[in-house]
Amino acid sequence: MQSLHQSDGPALRLDRITKTFPGVKALDNVQLGLYPGQVTALVGENGAGKSTLVKILTGIYQPDGGAIYVGDTEVNFPTAQDAAAHGITAIHQETVLFDDLTVAENIFLGHAPKTKWGLIDTRTQTRKAAEILRGIGAEIDPQARLRDLGIASKHLVAISRALSIDAQVVIMDEPTASLSHKEIHELYELVDKLKAQGKAILFISHKFDEIFRIADRYTVFRDGQFVADGLISEISEGELVQMMVGRSVDQVFPKREPLLGTEVLQVVGYDHPTEFEGINFTLHRGEILGFYGLVGAGRSEFMQSLFGITKPSKGVTKIDEQITVIRSPAAAVEAGIVYVPEDRGLQGAIRPMPIFQNVSLASLKRTSKDGFIRLAEEFALAREYTQRLDLRAASLDTPVGNLSGGNQQKVVIAKWLATKPKVIILDEPTKGIDIGSKAAVHDFMAELAAQGLAVIMVSSEIPEVLGMSDRVIVMREGKIVAEVSGDDMTPETLVRHAAGIAEA
Amino acid sequence: MSILKSREMILTGAIVVLVILIATRFPAFVAPSNLAAVFNDTSPLILLAIGQMIVILTKCIDLSVAANLALTGMVCAMINVAAPGTPVVVILIVAIALGALLGMFNGVLVWKLDIPPIVVTLGTMTIYRGIIFLISDGKWVNSHEMSGAFKAFPRAVLLGLPMLSWIAIILTIVFFVIMTRTTLGRAFYAVGGNPHAAVYTGIDVGKTQFWAFTFSGALAGLVGYLWVSRYAVAYVDIALGFELDVVAACVIGGIAISGGIGSIGGAVLGALFLGVIKNALPVINVSPFWQMAISGSAIIIAIAVNTRAGRTKGRIILKKAEAAQ
Repeated sequence: MQSLHQSDGPALRLDRITKTFPGVKALDNVQLGLYPGQVTALVGENGAGKSTLVKILTGIYQPDGGAIYVGDTEVNFPTAQDAAAHGITAIHQETVLFDDLTVAENIFLGHAPKTKWGLIDTRTQTRKAAEILRGIGAEIDPQARLRDLGIASKHLVAISRALSIDAQVVIMDEPTASLSHKEIHELYELVDKLKAQGKAILFISHKFDEIFRIADRYTVFRDGQFVADGLISEISEGELVQMMVGRSVDQVFPKREPLLGTEVLQVVGYDHPTEFEGINFTLHRGEILGFYGLVGAGRSEFMQSLFGITKPSKGVTKIDEQITVIRSPAAAVEAGIVYVPEDRGLQGAIRPMPIFQNVSLASLKRTSKDGFIRLAEEFALAREYTQRLDLRAASLDTPVGNLSGGNQQKVVIAKWLATKPKVIILDEPTKGIDIGSKAAVHDFMAELAAQGLAVIMVSSEIPEVLGMSDRVIVMREGKIVAEVSGDDMTPETLVRHAAGIAEA
Repeated sequence: MSILKSREMILTGAIVVLVILIATRFPAFVAPSNLAAVFNDTSPLILLAIGQMIVILTKCIDLSVAANLALTGMVCAMINVAAPGTPVVVILIVAIALGALLGMFNGVLVWKLDIPPIVVTLGTMTIYRGIIFLISDGKWVNSHEMSGAFKAFPRAVLLGLPMLSWIAIILTIVFFVIMTRTTLGRAFYAVGGNPHAAVYTGIDVGKTQFWAFTFSGALAGLVGYLWVSRYAVAYVDIALGFELDVVAACVIGGIAISGGIGSIGGAVLGALFLGVIKNALPVINVSPFWQMAISGSAIIIAIAVNTRAGRTKGRIILKKAEAAQ
């Protein structure tokens, strides 16, 4: 129709895209436009639907409704190859490359130029790789082995790989997460070059300074819904934060009357050479203390060292005002601290083991004498705690691997409660579970606190942090940057501190 | 649990069927005295399979058991030659202690230096064999050089069974108790079942693996003395390649190579299955080459069966499927 003005229209447009997973509407009628020669920042909290969107754009998920347009034609991407064929490519947070192949081989893996005999045309491959690398200003030998390159150079190779399919749309999903300041600066220059070449870029980031440095446009998602879009030049950081966190917190959290007891834990001056420094805080019985921050802010790393898995270079732990030295997880459990790690599939239950053995595993000291287990006591312990958590299974003899995910989680929680802890650290306790299970975990957390347990909750979900915590500590880049409670606990303050934005 | 139990039942059934099949060709095979002889002959394999099973449970493997056995056996034989009056009890203690020490060496390398177990034990396998050559100058210790008491111990008959068989029976019971009733036994399962979870529970993964290698070594050392005294000969190459039979017995017995799954009963039955095959095939005139092929097939079939049993059946989403369960 109006082919003259095509270059002004979006290179890629999503219209009313919907994607539902069992129990969750990940994307609800969202829209997005990516324009040639412009960077569009996609902004949203965790769970806003950004990753789902990227997976739809790259052919990994299929939308349930809506349409994708490349130029004026409607397209769909049944497979990742189809998305690539339409010139869409993504550079992921963890780049997927092969250490033992050369740079050129990495760039052309899967679509290498062939000779007429069907063999890989190494000479052409090397020449083309060199052209692409030169095009983005990267001084990398195409015949170098990837293993010998630094992280930043590997990133450039990943970007070259994306460009090798002649992409018109480049998706960058938190590309700066693992880069140093200098490398980030080089990445900015590269993005500018890609813009100059007319590529449409989708830039996903949590860091506001980056967004305002390189983006031309923004699109805001919240809870799977489109909120707003526009030009970056016409909006302020504060307004963007406002749109991102919104006012709506539809989730219902258990009502609690926190009864703060005596101080149970005091952490003084925890330092680690590379992960965190100057961590000080106290914790009381019956309190839920939230730890908020962006992914990679050092919260889990600190918790792991508090639990004795890694060793801080400096720091004192006081439990009930007694200095307690925790050198191993066993010592932490002994001292009354337990840690329920983030990835329960990997770090929670022993799947081939029966339920009762899983529940008693961390309390074997109590159910055994001189190294011999007293089976009757072990069974009694397992029965008590599985009943408390309302775990229904045919028999406590059942291997945990045969249970549903929710029940496996109950087994893990039962295991920790059976140790009769004073402090329980829950790392992202509701990550990746459906809303019903989330509510169950929240109720349970409230119950723990009501029983006088001190709870530390590491979470990246603002509604959860605000809904559950009595007090919130915000970490950024390995340091505590704020401690807020009462009326100061607003989405805006948390995001500001976590992202390092000055007061508006 | 029910899967494990049924797996042991399947294996028992397979052994019974095998014995009956052999009996149709060669009835004398099922005479109680012959079955007792087969058991006695399989006893060393049973003992080593128990040790290997513990190691495999913790996601490791011990390829050095046969070399450990040979080295400990040679040391025992040389002590006997040098001091023929040494009581058998002392020899037994030396054998177990030296074996345990050799196992600990494997364990320390795995625990403290984080070297993959297959590499560690492949290395020590060669080292231990080499040490035998060094201390013996490659010479044999023959029957006539050994004292009567030294040779008599494993053959001494008690209540109708030789000492060797009794040791296998008693240690099977001892290790059954260790594996099912002690915190250490529980730790072996936990470490192999999910090492990450074990760490958060306060179990030291490396240390647990160290103890597994120590048990395996101690058992190999004990078998070293029994082997040398029973066959009345010690030289560099005794039990050469036997570690493969030991691993095979474990695999046939349903011990998962990926760790965390297995039982003492399985290891013993796996060893017995191999023992019956090895003893029966020559009797019914099957050529040694066919024997190897048959043993090999048994291993592959056992793994195939285990893999099928271990395959996840998908999630239960349908209501009727849940009700059916």
